[in-house]
Amino acid sequence: MNSRILKDRTAHFVMLCMSLFAILLVLLMAAGLYLKSHPVLEAHSLWKLLFSSEWRPMKGEFGFLPFIMGTIWVTQVAIIFALPVSLLTALFLTEYAKPFVKRLVFPALDILAALPSVIYGVWGVLVIVPIISKRIAPHFMDFSSGYTVLAAGVVLGVMIVPLLVSLFIEVFSNVPMELRDASLALGATKWQTTRKVVLRKTFTGVVAATVLSVSRAMGETIAVLMVCGCVIGIPQGVLEACYPIPALIANNYGEMLSMPYYEAALMFAALILFAVVLIFNLLSRMVLYRIEKKEE
Amino acid sequence: MQMKHKKRVEELVVKTLMWMAMLLVFGLVISVVWTIFSKGFKAMSWEMVSSLPGGGFYIGKEGGFLNAIVGSLYIVGASTVLGLLVSIPVVFYLNVYLKKSSRTAYIVRLALDVLFGVPSIVYGAFGFTIMVYFGLRTSLLGGILVITLLIIPIFIRTMDEATRNFPREILDATFSLGATKWETLKVVVRQIAPGIATATLLSVGRAIGDAASVMFTAGYTDSLPTSLSQPAATLPLAVFFQLSSPIPEVVDRAYAAALVLTVIVLVLSIGGRLVTHRFSKNKL
Repeated sequence: MNSRILKDRTAHFVMLCMSLFAILLVLLMAAGLYLKSHPVLEAHSLWKLLFSSEWRPMKGEFGFLPFIMGTIWVTQVAIIFALPVSLLTALFLTEYAKPFVKRLVFPALDILAALPSVIYGVWGVLVIVPIISKRIAPHFMDFSSGYTVLAAGVVLGVMIVPLLVSLFIEVFSNVPMELRDASLALGATKWQTTRKVVLRKTFTGVVAATVLSVSRAMGETIAVLMVCGCVIGIPQGVLEACYPIPALIANNYGEMLSMPYYEAALMFAALILFAVVLIFNLLSRMVLYRIEKKEE
Repeated sequence: MQMKHKKRVEELVVKTLMWMAMLLVFGLVISVVWTIFSKGFKAMSWEMVSSLPGGGFYIGKEGGFLNAIVGSLYIVGASTVLGLLVSIPVVFYLNVYLKKSSRTAYIVRLALDVLFGVPSIVYGAFGFTIMVYFGLRTSLLGGILVITLLIIPIFIRTMDEATRNFPREILDATFSLGATKWETLKVVVRQIAPGIATATLLSVGRAIGDAASVMFTAGYTDSLPTSLSQPAATLPLAVFFQLSSPIPEVVDRAYAAALVLTVIVLVLSIGGRLVTHRFSKNKL
C-alpha cells in the first residue's frame, strides 16, 4: 500500500516539474536571447538599433529599421489578403454551409495547414513570383524580378488562412444557437443575424484570432526568405523587394562569427521577434481562453 | 417593399462572396498541390530517392537525396518518441491531478500556447546558442532536441483538447476501486488513444516540414549520419538549398525532394482524418 502511494507522490512531483518546464522554457528563451544580444545592446542605444536604417555589419553599425519595416509590410499584405478570405470562409462554414460542403472543405483546409513552409516557398517561386513579374508589375514599372513584398505577403497569407479559419470557427461556434434563433424569429435575414448577432458577439474573439495569426505570419521564415528578394532597404511599395527579420537571421547565422557584435546583433533580431510574438500570443490567448470559458 | 429588396440583394451578395472565398481556398490547395506534383513527377526517378549525392551532384551529375530522407526520418522518429514520453505525463497531470479551475494548469497551458507560437527560427537560434554553450557542433542530436522542443507544445495541446471531453465518471469509478491517481494512467491513455494518434500525426507533419530550426542545429551533409554527433541533412533543407542553384538539373532535384516531402505530409494528414474517424466511432 505504502509503495503505491509513494509511487503516486513521486509521479506527481516528476510530472509537476515537467509541466513547469514549459513555463521555464519561455523564460529561458527570453533570458538566453537577451544575454546573447547583450553586447550589441551595450554598444548601441536601443533607440538607434530599432530606428536607424544604417546596416553596415563590417563597421559595427546595426540599424534594424529596414528589416522591421520589411516584416511589417509583408505581414500587412498577408493579413489584407487572408483576413477577408478566412472570415468569409469561416462564416460560411458555421452559418451557411450544409454538412456535405463541410466534409469537402475541412480536408482541403487540413492539407493547407499541413503543407510545410518550404513547399509554399517552392509554390511561391513557381507560381506567384512569375505572375507578379509578368502580369502585375509591368503595369507599374519597367522591370521587376517578382521577388517582392507582394509575393511574400501573398504566400504568407495563404499559409495563415487555415489557422485563421480554424480559430474563427472556434470563436463563432461559441455563440449560443438560441441567440441566432431569436434573431431569425424576429424576421432578420441570415446575413443580418450573422452581422448583427454573431459578428458583434464575437468581435473580441475575431480580433484576438487575427492578432494570433499576425504573430504567426511575422515569424515565418523559409517561405518568405525564398520569395522576398532579400534586398536591404525600407520598401516603398508592395512591388519592391524586402528583407524581413526571420530572413535576416536565417541568411546570416552561419557565417557571423568573424565579425564583432554581428552574432549579438542577429540574436537581438531574434529577441525582437520573440518579444513581439510573446506579447501578441499572451494577449490573444488570454482573450480566447476567456471566450471559451464563458461558454462552459 | 424597398427594404425587402435590399435585404435580398444583400443576402445574395454576401453568399456570392462567401462562395468565392471558398472557391479561392480550393483553388489555392489545388494550385499548390498541382504545382508540386507536376514539377516533381517530371524530375522524379528511382535514383533520386535511393542513392546518396555523388561526386558531381551539385553541378547536376549523378546521385540522389537519400541523405535528406534518412536524416529527416531519424530526426522525426527520435523526436516523436521523445515528445510522446514528455507529453503524455504532462497531459495526464494537467487533466487528472489538477482541477479544472487550477491556476497552475492555466499558466502551463498559456505557456505551451505561447511556445507553440514562437517562430521556429527563434527555436533554431536559441537551440544553437545552447549547443554552443555545451560545446556541441551542428549534429543529429542538436536537430533532434530542437525539433522535440518544437513539437512538444503541439503534442500536449492537441492531446489536452482531446482529453477535455474525457468522462469524469470513469476516473471516479477507478478511484472508487481504490486506484491511486497514477494508476488511472492506464485507463486514461486507452481512452485518449485517438487524441494521441491525432497529436502524433500532427506533430510528425510539423516536425518533418520544419526547416528554419534544423538549419543551424542539424546542419547539412552529403553522407548518412552514423552517430548522434554527426550533422544530418533534412528534406526541407534539401529543397531549399537545391532550389537556389543556377543549374537546372539541380533545381529539378529540389522539385523531386519537394514532391517526396509533400507526399509524406499529405499521407500523414489524410491518415490523421481516417484515424480520428475510426477511433471516434468506438468511443464511449
